[in-house]
Amino acid sequence: MPEHAADPHAEPHDHVVPVGTYILVFLALMVGTAVTVAASYLDLGIWNTPVAMLIAVTKAGLVVSFFMHLKYSPRLYWIWLGAAVFFLAHLLLGTGADFLGHLFLNLGSPGT
Amino acid sequence: MSSPSETPPVVAHHPALRHHFDTMATQKDSSLLGMWVFIAQEIMFFGGMLAAYAIYRNVYYDAFAAGSHHLDVKLGTINTAVLICSSLTMALGVHAAALGKRKATVLFLLLTIALGSVFLGIKVVEYADKFHHDLVPGPRYSAESLHGAHGEALSADTARHSELFFALYFGLTGLHALHMIIGVPIIAIMAWKAGHGRFGPAYYTPVEVTGLYWHFVDIVWIFLFPLLYLIPHHA
Repeated sequence: MPEHAADPHAEPHDHVVPVGTYILVFLALMVGTAVTVAASYLDLGIWNTPVAMLIAVTKAGLVVSFFMHLKYSPRLYWIWLGAAVFFLAHLLLGTGADFLGHLFLNLGSPGT
Repeated sequence: MSSPSETPPVVAHHPALRHHFDTMATQKDSSLLGMWVFIAQEIMFFGGMLAAYAIYRNVYYDAFAAGSHHLDVKLGTINTAVLICSSLTMALGVHAAALGKRKATVLFLLLTIALGSVFLGIKVVEYADKFHHDLVPGPRYSAESLHGAHGEALSADTARHSELFFALYFGLTGLHALHMIIGVPIIAIMAWKAGHGRFGPAYYTPVEVTGLYWHFVDIVWIFLFPLLYLIPHHA
């Protein structure tokens, strides 16, 4: 990585995340779990699943940023994670669009 | 004074530094990058089954809701909390390793193993319940213990399609559990190595890479829990 190139004999000097940050992230994850379960008992119409996924994405973001240190890591790691998320979205949205297309264009249910 | 033509003095380097790396820093960055590439692959690996789940859940919504309501939300919630706790102990284990605290590293890694084992134990209880109620896909599958939103019996079609929910339930949670079963012995090896003083502030990359893997497995469960356990009957 370029930032280490200046001194070839440098030892890694990592960004050490304070323990307090880990505890805060842990508490946020626990609260997020409680909110997910509570929200599932509410009738939010079509919004139940989007709300659950929004909370899950937020929780995943916290784990990735702090527990997995991505916030303090080289941008190269971000690109790899971003590429995977991009292609996962492509997979889900592509198949989802095909599914919806069948419904709206009255081509019959793709499941039958 | 040494002249430029003489061989350069041998620089003492860390014993963990492999000969093909210039510095510990580049070696560590390479290892972590390798793990991130593996995780990117894992996201696609789980993604295929998640896409199948998304489509079939929308096609056979009633069957999936009925199947989901047979799952034990209480056990699922407890397991989510257990796994988040194990992620915290893993993060604290990596933290202790970075600071060179040998005993704390071992303790936190052993705690992570214990919590991971609790998760797998609860999963065994849940799987046993599915076997007991003949909800395991296959020739013995029976949707008799499932019911609709108002407690009514399922139609023949819905009952048939509920088998698909349990196929994806076992596929997704089984693949996730397999990752944990692989992770536990790896953490055990890290704990053993840490206990024997193999790591220090200048070199604890294996612990950190193991941590990345374990946190990824936690993230998978963060998505699986609401997707499988919390499908609403309404909507």
